[in-house]
Amino acid sequence: MLSALIFLPLVFALILVFIKNPSLCRKGAAFCSVAYFLFSLSLFLFFDSQTEELQLGERFSWFPALGIEYFVAVDGLSFWFVILTAFLLPVCVGASWNLIKEKVSAFYCCLFLMITSVMGTFLAMDTILFYIFFESSLIPLYFIIGIWGSKERIYAAFKFFIYTAFGSLFLLAGLVALMHLTLQSTGEMSASLLDFYKLELPFEASLLSTQNVLFFCFFLAFAIKLPFVPFHTWLPLAHVEAPAPGSAVLAAVILKMGAYGFLRFVLPLFPQSVEFFASSICFLAGVGIFYGALMALAQKNIKKLVAYSSVSHMAYVLLGLFSLNEYGLTGGYYQMLTHAVSSAGLFLLVGILYERTQSLNISDYGGLAKKMPILAINFVIISLSAIALPSTGGFISEFFVLMGSFTARNWGALFLALWGVIFGASYMLYLIHRVFFGSVSVLSQKTSLLSKREMGIILPFVFLVFGMGLFPKAFLKYSTVSLNHLQESRENYNLNIKTKNFRLGQKHFSLISDMSGTHNTRRQGGL
Amino acid sequence: MMKIALMALLLAPLIGALINGFRWKKPDLKIAGFIGVTSCFISFLSAGFLFLSFLSQKKVDFLVSFFEWLNISSFKVSFSFLVDPLSVLMLLLITGVGFLIHVFSLYYMSHDDRPAKYFSYLNLFIFSMLVLVSADNLFLMFLGWEGVGLCSYLLIGFWFTDKQKAAAGMKAFIVNRIGDVGFLLGMFLLFQEFASLQFDVLSEGAPGSVHLSAVKWACFFLFMGVIGKSAQIPLYIWLPSAMAGPTPVSALIHAATMVTAGIYLIVRMHSLFILAPEVLTLISWVGAMTAMLAAFIACAQSDIKKVLAYSTVSQLGYMCVAAGLGAFTASLFHLLTHAFFKALLFLTAGSVIHALNGEQNIYNMGGLRKKLPFTWLCFLIGFLALIGLPPFSGFFSKDEILWSALASGQFAVFSLILLTAFVTAFYMSRLYILVFHGTSRLKSGVTPHEGGFFAKFPLGILATLSVLGGFIGIPHLISEYLPGHPPHLLAEYLKPIVIQKQFKGTHLAEGILMIGSSVFILSIVLISFWLYLKRQKTVFFLKKKNQTVFDALEAALGVDSFCYSKMVRPVLNVSYDLWWGVDVKMIQGFIILIQKKLLVLQELFESAQNGKTQSYILFMLLGLIICTLSVFLF
Repeated sequence: MLSALIFLPLVFALILVFIKNPSLCRKGAAFCSVAYFLFSLSLFLFFDSQTEELQLGERFSWFPALGIEYFVAVDGLSFWFVILTAFLLPVCVGASWNLIKEKVSAFYCCLFLMITSVMGTFLAMDTILFYIFFESSLIPLYFIIGIWGSKERIYAAFKFFIYTAFGSLFLLAGLVALMHLTLQSTGEMSASLLDFYKLELPFEASLLSTQNVLFFCFFLAFAIKLPFVPFHTWLPLAHVEAPAPGSAVLAAVILKMGAYGFLRFVLPLFPQSVEFFASSICFLAGVGIFYGALMALAQKNIKKLVAYSSVSHMAYVLLGLFSLNEYGLTGGYYQMLTHAVSSAGLFLLVGILYERTQSLNISDYGGLAKKMPILAINFVIISLSAIALPSTGGFISEFFVLMGSFTARNWGALFLALWGVIFGASYMLYLIHRVFFGSVSVLSQKTSLLSKREMGIILPFVFLVFGMGLFPKAFLKYSTVSLNHLQESRENYNLNIKTKNFRLGQKHFSLISDMSGTHNTRRQGGL
Repeated sequence: MMKIALMALLLAPLIGALINGFRWKKPDLKIAGFIGVTSCFISFLSAGFLFLSFLSQKKVDFLVSFFEWLNISSFKVSFSFLVDPLSVLMLLLITGVGFLIHVFSLYYMSHDDRPAKYFSYLNLFIFSMLVLVSADNLFLMFLGWEGVGLCSYLLIGFWFTDKQKAAAGMKAFIVNRIGDVGFLLGMFLLFQEFASLQFDVLSEGAPGSVHLSAVKWACFFLFMGVIGKSAQIPLYIWLPSAMAGPTPVSALIHAATMVTAGIYLIVRMHSLFILAPEVLTLISWVGAMTAMLAAFIACAQSDIKKVLAYSTVSQLGYMCVAAGLGAFTASLFHLLTHAFFKALLFLTAGSVIHALNGEQNIYNMGGLRKKLPFTWLCFLIGFLALIGLPPFSGFFSKDEILWSALASGQFAVFSLILLTAFVTAFYMSRLYILVFHGTSRLKSGVTPHEGGFFAKFPLGILATLSVLGGFIGIPHLISEYLPGHPPHLLAEYLKPIVIQKQFKGTHLAEGILMIGSSVFILSIVLISFWLYLKRQKTVFFLKKKNQTVFDALEAALGVDSFCYSKMVRPVLNVSYDLWWGVDVKMIQGFIILIQKKLLVLQELFESAQNGKTQSYILFMLLGLIICTLSVFLF
């Protein structure tokens, strides 16, 4: 089932690439994406939210010599990201309906390929497989920005690629080193994350102890993706140049891949290093929140402003996760989801605006609420989640991130983050003020009301904003057990496989049935 | 039954807001107004029902829980509501005044092209306010707290095509945000100490088991929220700007209900605030300073709504003083009477503005007594109630506050607020005379006209309440001389949940204060009349002689422009400079530098790319060997 989730978009992409007729291609993409999203919802039926174990997955040997497997599974940490990724596909197909006029089939092909790699990243439990998916997401996005972007698209795409590829080098180096360490400790090579969890990495309170060096490798790779100040400058550029659906995917899931990396790799793999650096990282996250908010205040371009707000909001995620308590962890996790909703919603709305006026300059707008009242009210509602008003999802997550930081006694970070709360309201309201209020500008005259298709894209986001704020329990239900497990046993983190509905290769199957639950990936050979 | 009543109370305005929200485009005032007014009236009836059942059953309080909101490890919060005498009183006030102002809006907004939107926001405000006062925990209260802030933002900027008005809304929201940060910190601290944010836990578990310093800090931070919402120094600056909204909004949100939320918070949490006497002293000082400062500024304002706005700030200062002195009942009493007479004053001001086609400058008014007799009468009642002349409602509540300040021995605070009472008498007389007496200074072409039933009905009710409202709190001294010795009804009513502080003092002192201040206030009013009607030259002379003082007061001491030029502008500049300096120049520049260095390397590698497949394979093999070796060496 999970393999189907990963590879269905690939299959669709291969079909779509051969459809030359643009309108047929759009319809095909719409049909496929909606079907895909509905299919992903079936996960709700099979997923067991009561356990932290890995579920519903598949595990087969792939390169036995190097211990690399095809190993995918879902658990509470990745559950919502899977749904989120699948949800974005139909939304993005809808958002690109009129926007993309050239090379339509190629665009949808790229979009579907991107979903494949993002989905793979969230589901892969073998680290090399993870790495392949993590990296391959760059290529479709590179093309989406480079081909369908605006003026400076080539430079933006290039910069985006170089930055994240640079981070990935460290990730690869870290992974190879960990594989080598498993070889040393067990005598067999393995790239499975489960085997990495069992490693006890030597730690000393010096910068160059093994655990700290590895920690930095992973930290850097994911921090660039997050993006974390000062590695953030690729993001505003990429957002400005990317077409709206590209921006939405970038903000909603590509950035989350970085945050997910922290959750899946950094926190459980390097417990002592995390503990050792937690307070300084929290402080840096506070700086990131503050700095991102301040940057957003200075922007004269709508997309850049929203992009910098992403920088600020993603720093909240980091602050929450590194507070190392249940409030911060839950808040940080929830912030990933609420930020995905609010930022993707805002980027799509900006895209709708851009389609009409071809301008992103804030100063070109004014009085838009008179001309596009429905767009204005939706924009305000989704901004409210970014501002973190109670009753929106953003409030729940920000509250718990701040509370986590308070409980962890990170006063410096808390101080900066609270300024971020004030500035957060300021830059969003200042944006709304300049774009929607005041007398109607020349450019605003040209706009027209939203079409039904555009309403259809935006309404789910509005519902999600309030749904996540008023019924957070319904969302957190699926991840609480996993998050608690991560919080409680971070020191010696371990994940088991829930064998029901799990398709295992011959070797693992026999091993697991022998050892009743405790899995073991040892095999002959090695390198 | 109670649960159904509470549900009706809360849901009616929400449903009204939703219905009107979905038909926001409809220009039809009647239907939009009907939905808005009816939903608010249903709420009012439910609140009345709750109130009566309280009076009859003598039940202290009960909780109504709807569903659990959050459950993260030990942090559990529900959508549950506390119905006790305090919250029911507030519910009754909000829905009652809210209903009247909804009715008045039918008159005031009759020329507006988006009535459905207006009533939707107004209903949403009522809903948020009801949540605020009936929430049984701080977390849910915060939902209402920020919700009313949002509605205030939307309604101040209701005429958003005017950039100034929209900016006033933004200012209100952001300034309130600063206070809300304090609210958040207060919640964190209290949760750390009590492991709950339920009001009953917070008030019961107070003594003994908790760290007193943490409670003090929590109270301090909560007071930060109060400063923001209830417009005290230094965050009061948003309230005068908030007058950009439609006048009924100013009456409802920025005078009668929302701004008093801070006072309500203190009264609700008073059992904790009592543990923090330092914070209470701070509250009374901040309140007294605010009261006096705002009263002086009000003396020099020329906009009818600005005068009333500063007067509101000043009166909120009174409530803070009372709360800071521990006279929570007096604070709440003044909250109630103030809601009546200030709503009345704002609505009459709205009548005047509407009658004069939007004129707000009091120097362009005058002599309206004859032309708008009903409005004049109502304004007169509001005026007398505000300055606190007996037997109008303001007298009783203000006197109680003055007396508590004197009796608790806080002479400095007492003299500040006594002085404020005199200044209040002056600026209100000035306002009243300039608007309703003297010669008409109307602009040509303006023909004032009195509003219809929708304008007169709310004014009439509020005027009645402004006259009679004070009798729910007759001071002990007076009741001794009255037949039947009527009790202090409000204190009796709140007895089960609000701690009553006994102030010691002689009857003689209390009597002197009561009579003395009344006489003094009356003489100030008379002198003002004499000056402004008979000796206008003296007024001009005095004004000229003290021009600098007057100008400073008229510009509200330049606080607004100071904040803009010394705080807002610099932040914007710094953010821009940082962006340009750090993001663009430094980080981007660093990367460009690396790129250039890499270009040198690139030339080196380019020579390797000679297009021969064999050499590529050779390089790949070399690379592989190096990788493999490094794995083994590591």
